[in-house]
Amino acid sequence: MGAIWAVTQTEKGEPRGVSYETIAGGQKLAAALGKPLEAVVLGAGVAGAAEKVAARKVERVRVIEDPKLDPYTPDPYTAALRFAVEAEKPDYILFPHTYQVRDWVPRLAAALDAGFISDVVDLRADGGEPVFVRQAYQGKLNADCAFTGAGPRLVSFQAGAFLADDAAKGDAAAEIVAQAVDLSGVEVRTEVLETFQEVENKVDLSRADVIVAVGRGIGKQENLGVVEELAAALGGQLAASRPVCDNEWLPMDRQIGSSGQTVAPRLYLAVGISGAIQHLVGMKNSGTIVAINKDANAPIFSIADYGIVGDLFEIVPALTAKVKEARGA
Amino acid sequence: MKIVVCIKQVPERDARLRIAPDGKSVDTAGAATEINESDQYALEAGLRLAEKVGGEVVALLLGPDAAEEAIRRALAMGAARAIHLNAAAFQGGDASSTAKALAAAARQESADLVLTGLQSDDAGWSQTGVIVAELLGWPSATLIMEIEQPEGGRIKVKRELEAGWFQWITLPLPAVLTIQSGIYPVRYATLKGIMGAKKKEMKKAGPADVGIEAGQVGTAGRKVELKRLYVPEKTAEAEILRGDAATAAASLVERLQKEAKVL
Repeated sequence: MGAIWAVTQTEKGEPRGVSYETIAGGQKLAAALGKPLEAVVLGAGVAGAAEKVAARKVERVRVIEDPKLDPYTPDPYTAALRFAVEAEKPDYILFPHTYQVRDWVPRLAAALDAGFISDVVDLRADGGEPVFVRQAYQGKLNADCAFTGAGPRLVSFQAGAFLADDAAKGDAAAEIVAQAVDLSGVEVRTEVLETFQEVENKVDLSRADVIVAVGRGIGKQENLGVVEELAAALGGQLAASRPVCDNEWLPMDRQIGSSGQTVAPRLYLAVGISGAIQHLVGMKNSGTIVAINKDANAPIFSIADYGIVGDLFEIVPALTAKVKEARGA
Repeated sequence: MKIVVCIKQVPERDARLRIAPDGKSVDTAGAATEINESDQYALEAGLRLAEKVGGEVVALLLGPDAAEEAIRRALAMGAARAIHLNAAAFQGGDASSTAKALAAAARQESADLVLTGLQSDDAGWSQTGVIVAELLGWPSATLIMEIEQPEGGRIKVKRELEAGWFQWITLPLPAVLTIQSGIYPVRYATLKGIMGAKKKEMKKAGPADVGIEAGQVGTAGRKVELKRLYVPEKTAEAEILRGDAATAAASLVERLQKEAKVL
């Protein structure tokens, strides 16, 4: 019987938090299928990360060390895990659905001729055959998916699908084994020139107490005035979902979500934002969430505390007036 | 330079989705559609590069007859010609079997560069472009936010990482790039473009035309089965404040003051 592998992601020699989420998901799958769970740590200089991972309840930690694995590029990562999978034949290989995983794991799936169910939010075993739940159509629908046929099965978990704190600790540290792979014949075709953060005009939204975020529903840049006035009346910061920044209606440093900033203000107003998961991961921990949207079925209403369904161009000015009244301005 | 851009037709973002009687698909009959958003950006990136360095952009789409509308739009935006992978055998695929069909068509074209959007707005696998690269034996890079002119057989691109980080990398051609939304403003199709599109070549191809067995693509070739599609149960529900704009706004302010105590 093949094992379940939870492949962790490290950064500067440390396991990223999402790695523990993957282990938590792996523990759930292992319990449902009665298969052993192992963790895999790959990179260069990751012995310390492996020790941290070994504190969690896993059968063993397999460490793949090679200088070619730093900095990250897709070719050696794909080759390293492919060689390990071909040698050990695990049944399931689990990953966090990070940008890095999106960059190389589909290659691995193709190289192994394996199925890959990506961006999974939950799983369950229906009579032994596991079903993986993922979101489709921008979070408007859920899809239950299953693997067909033989071969290793690859799964990636959406951030927050499982909680890092739920990754149970073991009674004793798990055994750490070196997984030898020979990458000498692997050509690294990608050359990394520079990794950098765009810092100009950086607005630190994570410190804001009140945030008014605007989405695609605003329609065009000229319409931003109404939300700017609301933000000013509330003494809050103006922010946006990705499409607003893509259209250059607001600068990128105002963006909330997986590719922008993560915030948790006391009050978050989402105006004309439908609530795609990429946005929700950046703001779901806010104190009080208010959603204003014309579509009563928009996913944003399922995480909001208060909602108003209707035309934002009528509601927002009315709200600005009431806020000013309430604050005695 | 020959640039193949893979595009997908998806329901329009605000479209009401009706689940088909089989419980596994969305009933798209009569629904408004568009080119998948990040694919529009891929098309824009391809057109810009071809304009700069010379060459042609070929639009590649897998889909039913109704997807011709998306192809027309791509041709109107400036693609030189299009390949429409349109056969019953191609339908019902997963990322793996769809990528096999796209890779077969791209291989036949001897492209220098294949561009795709980073993920589709319907299935959202975020896998297809990268699988195409592996199947072709080409290098790939994802979430591209800038493309420079190729030099000495390599192309320099800017990748988006998480949390506001970016990376400049180079990779040898031919290569596959998946494009992040927002890379460059997407052009509108001009009237001249729309008229001109009618004269451009749109080649319909089945599995045999691109040299792939029908058993490799679509439902027959898939490794992942969609068992059920459904509206998710809402775990929590917002309190919806009703009435006209002024009434709803007043109720909201009252709750923010008295219940949530955030005003």
